[in-house]
Amino acid sequence: MAFLDNLINGISLGSIYAVIALGYTLVYGIAKMLNFAHGDVIMVGGYVIFTAMTSMHLNGYLSVLIAILCCTILGIVIEKIAYKPLRQATSLAVLITAIGVSYFLQNMALLIFGEKPVTFTSVVNIPKISLFDGQIVIKSEAVASIIISVLIVIFLSLFINKTKSGRAMLAVSEDKDAARLMGINVNKTISLTFAIGSGLAAVAGALLCSTYPVLSNTTGAMPGIKAFVAAVFGGIGSIPGAMIGGLLIGVIEILGRAYISPQLADAIVFAVLIVVLMVKPTGILGKKVNEKV
Amino acid sequence: MAMLEIKDLSVFYGVIQALKGISFEVNEGEVIALIGANGAGKTTTLHTLTGILPAKSGSIMFNGTELTKTPAHKIVKMGIAHVPEGRRIFQQLTVLDNLKLGAFTRNDKDGIAEDMNLIYKRFPRLEERKSQIAGTLSGGEQQMLAMGRALMSRPKIIVMDEPSMGLSPIFVSEIFDIIESIRKDGMTVLLVEQNAKKALAIADRAYVLETGRITLSGKASDLINDEKVKKAYLGE
Repeated sequence: MAFLDNLINGISLGSIYAVIALGYTLVYGIAKMLNFAHGDVIMVGGYVIFTAMTSMHLNGYLSVLIAILCCTILGIVIEKIAYKPLRQATSLAVLITAIGVSYFLQNMALLIFGEKPVTFTSVVNIPKISLFDGQIVIKSEAVASIIISVLIVIFLSLFINKTKSGRAMLAVSEDKDAARLMGINVNKTISLTFAIGSGLAAVAGALLCSTYPVLSNTTGAMPGIKAFVAAVFGGIGSIPGAMIGGLLIGVIEILGRAYISPQLADAIVFAVLIVVLMVKPTGILGKKVNEKV
Repeated sequence: MAMLEIKDLSVFYGVIQALKGISFEVNEGEVIALIGANGAGKTTTLHTLTGILPAKSGSIMFNGTELTKTPAHKIVKMGIAHVPEGRRIFQQLTVLDNLKLGAFTRNDKDGIAEDMNLIYKRFPRLEERKSQIAGTLSGGEQQMLAMGRALMSRPKIIVMDEPSMGLSPIFVSEIFDIIESIRKDGMTVLLVEQNAKKALAIADRAYVLETGRITLSGKASDLINDEKVKKAYLGE
């Protein structure tokens, strides 16, 4: 039963990684950049919820909505100020800028909220699930994480494959100039991608902080990196890949922590990534990219 | 007034000047050929026209609107469709999705459906393969898709960059037959081609581009008999 318990915890954590990884993969797929500040948007989302609930005494769900709104705007602003001027620059310049944005967000949070971690009140209030006469209890946060991540993957896939804006994203992802020739506003499409990715980060922030209720300015950093690993693992640019990658990383991390060594859990995650990349460099569902000259 | 009027257009790639002040015009209903060797500036001209490349100086007037300051995505809506060199279809999307993307600037559902039918009539092969991933089409079929995609925007002028490049002789003839039928429907065409013989045979007028300058222009039927053109571009 302990194994099942661990497995469920892994799936729950993996679902949160999946939601973060979706943001990574979406932005990478369309803007062709690694937004290393993505993890810190999660932290911002967490603080927005925390502030709305403690200072403004709003209820949890309303606070999450406010956080989604704030993070969506934050994502658009970050893209406009930090990344858009670098559209023609080398990918290395963009990467370094993203790291800069990441530190900027962390330090702003440090300045505003101080270095002392705060205790986060869970926003989830759905009932927990008891199985086998209470031998296995799935916490309500775990239930919420799993359901919400599945819903997000479904809606995101429908949005991208069935709507005009989604089709524009696919076109921009494949060939920006050809997309322009179709009348697609590439800048607006990239902006929309950042908006969606950052909105998802706020959702991830709500789930992450509800499950692990300690919030500090570096809360988003490690989950951000793990979710990046998940996105690469599943095949960066692929939506189902991000989901599968997230779940696998979550399960590997929790099982590694339980059965191999709590200290080595993170190392195991990265070791698995290295092995996968040696066997299949494009990740599990990754497509082979034909670089155009 | 000409539909499209290019005046003293200069374009740079960094410090290299690709177009050195070219001027030409396209009237409604005409087929104009732009011929010249590799690197003469033909593709650069088209890219500047549709807003992919910025102009350094000069003007491009389309039905009275200046295009050099207009972003690419708005130029399509004004009625210029570009069939790019190398086709540039969306390889990972289906044929149908490619055609739908061609109509991206339009919101008239019925009109789009109507044009989709016209395109299937013109290119029956595209209808047969509409749910196929575009990257799996043959080169000739991809060219047809690129042309169909451009027509889906219901343009006033269609600009084609090397439509016959890399195709087998049968497909080359087929592509030129299609251009002929598009012009018969009253479409204005600006055609860039390495296959000067075929291009001159189909065009009303033509311009010869050499290292960023227009060196010759006139009726296509005159140019096809011009000694210099024959020697340089027709391989006679």
